[in-house]
Amino acid sequence: MAGTTVAGVAGTARHAAADPFIVDGVHLGSRLIMGTGGAPSLDGLGAALIASGTELTTVAMRRYSPAETGSLFQLLVDHNIRVLPNTAGCFTARDAVMTAELAREALETDWVKLEVIADEHTLLPDAVELVDATEQLVNRGFKVFAYTNDDPVLALRLENLGATAVMPLGSPIGTGLGILNPHNIELIVSRASVPVVLDAGIGTASDAALAMELGCDAVLLATAVTRAQNPAMMGEAFKHAVIAGRLAKAAGRIPRREHALASSAMEGRAEFL
Amino acid sequence: MNITLNGTVHAVDDGASVTTLISQVTGRNLAPNGQAADGRKLGVAVARNSEVVPRSQWFVTALAEGDDVELVTAVQGG
Repeated sequence: MAGTTVAGVAGTARHAAADPFIVDGVHLGSRLIMGTGGAPSLDGLGAALIASGTELTTVAMRRYSPAETGSLFQLLVDHNIRVLPNTAGCFTARDAVMTAELAREALETDWVKLEVIADEHTLLPDAVELVDATEQLVNRGFKVFAYTNDDPVLALRLENLGATAVMPLGSPIGTGLGILNPHNIELIVSRASVPVVLDAGIGTASDAALAMELGCDAVLLATAVTRAQNPAMMGEAFKHAVIAGRLAKAAGRIPRREHALASSAMEGRAEFL
Repeated sequence: MNITLNGTVHAVDDGASVTTLISQVTGRNLAPNGQAADGRKLGVAVARNSEVVPRSQWFVTALAEGDDVELVTAVQGG
């Protein structure tokens, strides 16, 4: 029996390895997309990224400063991690389109994580500006990864406008509150024909596993790792969580029941007089 | 002449190109196609008076007195 168990585990490992995250025709070996915000040092960030196994990582576009020449971009290039520039800090479609154009020139990628936020207090996406920016960027040839509210109607709108992936939030950016509306996430997944990436609000490994169990294709997080007490260890935890959640979704969970169901047979019990 | 670079006044030679400015600020030599001469990625982009200047146009775009230039790069972010 031990032999069977070992073969089973090896088979599972093969399954995970042969299950790439395909987006815009690109095969990524990890379903964990990492953000880089919030890390106190580049060295610590590098260690966390490597431990997480990520192959796609977001960056922000900001004014060049000669003082900061320990370059994040170079770190990602050195580790062969693909770059996903974001439009963080943009409040209008106009600013987001401009930032995306600058990112395309600087980083030589037409992928963009589109973030158009309503205000600094909630950091929630502004749906009207988001729709406008998505339309403009798609027309300009960008591959739009749209960071959106957990709204099934809006998610479908973004897909129909040509978004490459829709990225609903679990809860507001940086809160670590996890997935506040799992039903909406399931609904978004069930109607989407583009990849769905759970983005924002992840606090710990079980949140990422849940996102995958709900059917998301990938998870994007930053703060949960970069501000953890041990970022590299947390990065590794998320690597396993995403794989575990993905496997659990594929394996098919048992139905929930109201009453207990014995797993040991009642027949053949010894009788004690 | 003076231009505004990332919000502060910056002196460049009269008629300097965008390529000259980027070389001056980053300390990297650039080929006419806008790639770094050392072969490593440069990772910066330029907007001049709120219009993105494509990398292929850096070499032939001359700056003018009072131009407002934004030079950006990738930094840490969610």
